[in-house]
Amino acid sequence: MEYFIQQLINGLTLGSIYGLVAIGYTMVYGIIGMINFAHGDIFMLGGFAALIVFLILTSFFAGIPVALLLLLMLVIGMLMTGLWNWTIERVAYRPLRGSFRLAPLITAIGMSIVLSNFIQVTQGPRNKPIPPLVTDVFHVGGITVSLKQILIVVITAVLLFAFWYIVNKTPLGRAQRATEQDRKMAALLGVDVDRTISITFIMGAALAAVAGAMYLMYYGVASFNDGFIPGVKAFTAAVLGGIGSLPGAVLGGLLIGLIESLWSAYFSIAYKDVATFAILAFVLIFKPTGILGRPEVEKV
Amino acid sequence: MAASTETGHPNVLGKAVREGVFAGVVAFLMFLLFVGIETYQDINNALVWRTRWGLLAIFVLVAAVSRFLSVGFIKPHIDRRKLAKAKSGVLEISEQKSFFHRHFLKIALVFLLVYPFLSLLIVGKQGSLKYVDNFGIQILIYVMLAWGLNIVVGLAGLLDLGYVAFYAVGAYSYALLSSYFGFSFWLLLPMSGILAALWGIILGFPVLRLRGDYLAIVTLAFGEIIRLVLINWTDVTKGTFGISGIAKASFFGIWSFDTGSANSFVKAWGLSASSVYYKIFLFYVILALCMLTAYVTIRLRRMPIGRAWEALREDEIACRSLGINTVTTKLTAFATGAMFGGFAGSFFATRQGFVSPESFVFLESAVILAIVVLGGMGSLTGIAIAAVVMVGGTEVLREMSFLKVVFGPDFTPELYRMLLFGLAMIIVMLFKPRGFVGSREPTAFLKERRAVSGSFTKEGHG
Repeated sequence: MEYFIQQLINGLTLGSIYGLVAIGYTMVYGIIGMINFAHGDIFMLGGFAALIVFLILTSFFAGIPVALLLLLMLVIGMLMTGLWNWTIERVAYRPLRGSFRLAPLITAIGMSIVLSNFIQVTQGPRNKPIPPLVTDVFHVGGITVSLKQILIVVITAVLLFAFWYIVNKTPLGRAQRATEQDRKMAALLGVDVDRTISITFIMGAALAAVAGAMYLMYYGVASFNDGFIPGVKAFTAAVLGGIGSLPGAVLGGLLIGLIESLWSAYFSIAYKDVATFAILAFVLIFKPTGILGRPEVEKV
Repeated sequence: MAASTETGHPNVLGKAVREGVFAGVVAFLMFLLFVGIETYQDINNALVWRTRWGLLAIFVLVAAVSRFLSVGFIKPHIDRRKLAKAKSGVLEISEQKSFFHRHFLKIALVFLLVYPFLSLLIVGKQGSLKYVDNFGIQILIYVMLAWGLNIVVGLAGLLDLGYVAFYAVGAYSYALLSSYFGFSFWLLLPMSGILAALWGIILGFPVLRLRGDYLAIVTLAFGEIIRLVLINWTDVTKGTFGISGIAKASFFGIWSFDTGSANSFVKAWGLSASSVYYKIFLFYVILALCMLTAYVTIRLRRMPIGRAWEALREDEIACRSLGINTVTTKLTAFATGAMFGGFAGSFFATRQGFVSPESFVFLESAVILAIVVLGGMGSLTGIAIAAVVMVGGTEVLREMSFLKVVFGPDFTPELYRMLLFGLAMIIVMLFKPRGFVGSREPTAFLKERRAVSGSFTKEGHG
């Protein structure tokens, strides 16, 4: 039982990170109907930004409090990736918005290749290890919970709340939901569609940056090809939950995290990704639009 | 207002300066951490950093200047040209095509047939190895894969992000069956095609109800599953070490290309020993396989099944209401595409003599899909051109050792290969969103055959 709860906690931590990245996928998909393949690499960029900020700050201010350090890593990472995603959308996706479905997908795949190779070229191909930031560990009964796990879950919860508030309660969120439902109609009613889409990209990137920084904090290592596997997992999470649905993305992220940690605990660690993908395929066979996705209305 | 935009250069220039400065600021902020700072491990293996302001300045300058030029000069120029074209009212499509244009396919085919001998003649035995193998065979493998994927994506309109799985099935079918049972290439080539087609059907079944992007992620997942199984099923596949020492193809069982064997090709023809003959032979094999793919695709498109694929791509609901069985239509598309992937895979295994899961990563699927889309989906010629440009272009980059003179001795062009490949994907897509060949002649027509621009149709075909 204790072992099970332990795995549950590990899964929840991992699932929080996937969920944060999945939101970026699902928002972009909801608003412009494209798979933003470069989103996983935005997550990786967020991790690298946090890594570099960490290195600079620790070399200038040796005794900096960890809380302040983490906050700065998160904030600068969010600003940095937000700017990157804004530029990427302007340069690579916006000119193709009226084009056929596969064109932005191809530029997104190209952007993903460019971003990971850009980091490989500028920062080197080796793994970048950092010393552990948060080392406190709590023991409750036979269960071990580390402070960084608690931090990840809490930060995720706070961000999700803030995010939920923005989407559901602010004029900006209203504009986003309107754009998602009917872009042309929203534009006719005075919503600045371009701006709304840009802000959506920035928001998605900021969440991915937080996920990237926390991934770095959790595993203590960053690498240029970190974007692909977590990116695909997060995308899987978004689809599993029903792409376009925000609660679905979080649910999918948590599910994927749980499946992964439970499968590696009870079956084999080698086949954990196979299990994740197989469950995705299995769920989609019975619910072709994901768990919380709206069924597509076919119009003739 | 119109006069001021056409003649008012100060206005345009002012805007260009503003945009250029803005782009410079954005670039400065974007690259500040990633280019301005370099992280590396010192002697104690601890991560440290140093600054690279010079490189950062170059990045910022390039961004600012290119934005300035594009806003100030390139865009007004393009606008003026568009305006002039619209005013003159003459379509630029001329009825009389040039000789080269009309006979392009014949010229290309003849060139391909003489290509190995041409390179042998010009650069000699040792030099031509590179041209036949790295350029010829490599590009043709991608042409074949892209033509195979074209059946699934371009004709049937099913977005498949895991095509490399079938390539892997073909490669491992040949590698395993030939090393465990010693079957020959010519027996296993059709067999690996059939096995891949079988996998196409197996993987196609569960995804029949899925559409568009759901289909994309599930095919991606299947591609990853197959790769992960290949990595982890170490008893059979030897995992990440891969299978080496895969048998070479023989000259249709008559001569062998192994140097030690009694009836070797080289001895039979009294030639001096060189691996170039084997490469030339392989070149013709893959060329024949490509031609087979093209022939089958062209013929199938005229058959009811090919028409059903294209109808399915345009409108699935209309298709079903007209009584087309979408299940068999989708499955045959998957199976046919997978079969050609399987052929290419077994050819790849015999050419490399070594297969490992490393060769079948998602990036390969992405590259193949990019070639299909960049070529203008559905157009065989366009796809072949895209393969030559994209694959050949990155291969050329390997050869650019003269760049070392420009950028210093520790400059390695290989590092920038995929970076430039990605950039090329983006740039081609931005300028030609319909691909290289955006228009295509229809297979079914009323009275006269008329090419339609890709922008008039749903997915880019006439």
